[in-house]
Amino acid sequence: MATNQRAVENLRSLRMAAWLGWQIESNWTDPFLFAIYSVIKPIAGALILVFMYMVVAKGGLSNPLFPMIFVGNAFYIYVAMVLMGVSFAVVDDRERYGMLKYMYTAPLNIYFYLLGRGGAKTLIATVSVLITLAFGALLFNLPIDIASIDWLLLVTGLVLGLLSLAFLGIFLGGVALITARHGQFTGEAVAGALYMLCGAVFPIDVLPGLLQAISYILPLTYWIETMRRALLGSGSSQILSQLSNLELVGVLGAFSVGVVILSVLFFRWAEHRAKEKGLIDMQTNY
Amino acid sequence: MSTNLAVSTQNLGRVYRAKKREAGSGKEIVALHGVDLEIHQGELFGLLGPNGAGKTTLIKILTTLLAPTSGEARVAGTDVAKNPWEVRRHINMVSGGESSGYGLLTVEENLWLFSQFYGLDWKTARERIREMLKIVGMEDRAKTKIYHLSTGMRQKMNFARGFITDPEIIFLDEPTLGLDVQTSRVLRDFVKNWVRVRKNKTLLLTTHYMQEADELCDRVAIIDRGKILACDTPSNLKRSLNQSSVFHLKVDSLPQPDSQFQGLKGIQSFAHHQHNGLLELSFIVETENALMPILASIERSKGNLISLEKRQPTLEDVFINLVGRGLSEEP
Repeated sequence: MATNQRAVENLRSLRMAAWLGWQIESNWTDPFLFAIYSVIKPIAGALILVFMYMVVAKGGLSNPLFPMIFVGNAFYIYVAMVLMGVSFAVVDDRERYGMLKYMYTAPLNIYFYLLGRGGAKTLIATVSVLITLAFGALLFNLPIDIASIDWLLLVTGLVLGLLSLAFLGIFLGGVALITARHGQFTGEAVAGALYMLCGAVFPIDVLPGLLQAISYILPLTYWIETMRRALLGSGSSQILSQLSNLELVGVLGAFSVGVVILSVLFFRWAEHRAKEKGLIDMQTNY
Repeated sequence: MSTNLAVSTQNLGRVYRAKKREAGSGKEIVALHGVDLEIHQGELFGLLGPNGAGKTTLIKILTTLLAPTSGEARVAGTDVAKNPWEVRRHINMVSGGESSGYGLLTVEENLWLFSQFYGLDWKTARERIREMLKIVGMEDRAKTKIYHLSTGMRQKMNFARGFITDPEIIFLDEPTLGLDVQTSRVLRDFVKNWVRVRKNKTLLLTTHYMQEADELCDRVAIIDRGKILACDTPSNLKRSLNQSSVFHLKVDSLPQPDSQFQGLKGIQSFAHHQHNGLLELSFIVETENALMPILASIERSKGNLISLEKRQPTLEDVFINLVGRGLSEEP
């Protein structure tokens, strides 16, 4: 009975938080402008990458690394959006709307609530990723053939990758709970650091030893590589090429579970600490 | 512990520690000290005290937002520290004097959101939202986005948010702070009626307006510097001063009001504060004979007496008698 009640409350938390997240993300302007913004933003991002690549890389767009980097960069859109979508809800609710305390006095599951809040950004990111990939395939002849996409690998990898990102967002939400003043910057800082470490824009093989070691323990490294293999048929890293698709997904799954456990434990600790220090309803107006 | 207790605390304490980089680094501020309270189901209970007395800290602990540093608190029979989730199923909270709310949502959407978090079915939610908006006089604002509302309007919406879930126990932290007289009156009438009509509902109200506590509450706890100094019905608390006389004086000015009346015989308690350019003095004296030396002292220090009033004891006088200063004075 109690378990059923808890499950209903969890689903309710997720559903209403997703609705709230969507209202916040989409309501800042009229629907037409929002649609234009949602299309132009990823295309502009992709073009910046393409121009940078044409300037820097030898062989320009015909270099075999280009599709790898384009796909890696396209999926990286998820990273900042999901991380910020989940973790920034803590900062936004506390600092901007003054509502975190009311969430914390309501019978809702804060994990489901934060995941729900990140749902809207995940949806917007999905649209951006699809637009970016379509843009790349049509304008830059990316070798993405719908008939040869490994759909099982794509869906499995995407689910595990988003799970990792969402719970990494929970982890950062915990950081935001106990570092009220600077919580909003942690998501951006982490997304920036991961951009370099997870092999989104260059193969992890070129990273120095220590950074490469860090790269190996990030689920995102395996996730980006899985997405490349699913869409393009091969990955960008020589080192990771030793893993079969099944092994790659296995490692991604194991690291994702690790991230979920670590994030939940950390968030619980951070929540406890925030209650001890009286931070849950603190508004710094910073 | 009685089973019909809605709220109970035993030796509840809360200490804040100043951060290392802040002034007074490492200094401890005792916000609550050994608080023992028992609030019965169906009671409208008031916590009366000045700013910084510990009222909000107590509410935060009872609503699971803050961990106590010592003692125990139970709400709806559940330990707030051990099982906050269960506590939250039975409560709601409204904080006054703030402008919280999701600015991009309409008033109706903000209320609907919370009705859904508390599991209300859509029909009931719509009915209660309409009812509450009517009560707070915001029917015509249902479709208005929050960022268009004044702080007072937001506060009224927030008040409605607290009640649409029809909680077993509601905590109102200075609910009328900053609201105009008319709106405050409407909200007070609603609060009084809400507890009277629903016999099993409990309401804990914090306020530093003594009229509010006097008018609304079945029982009042007077709190200062984190300690409960007295707890009884308003009439019993006032009755404690029945053997005394209460005088309220207004003078243009006095050079040293704090020390001027020290040593005068028969003064039980004394408080003063500036109001509208005049110095207002409240004396609780054992007998009326104590008044003459007070007036003589004012005359000696060249103060002009503007008015003198003998009045029935109020809760503020009870507070002055217990603490030695008024509710509006800084601790």
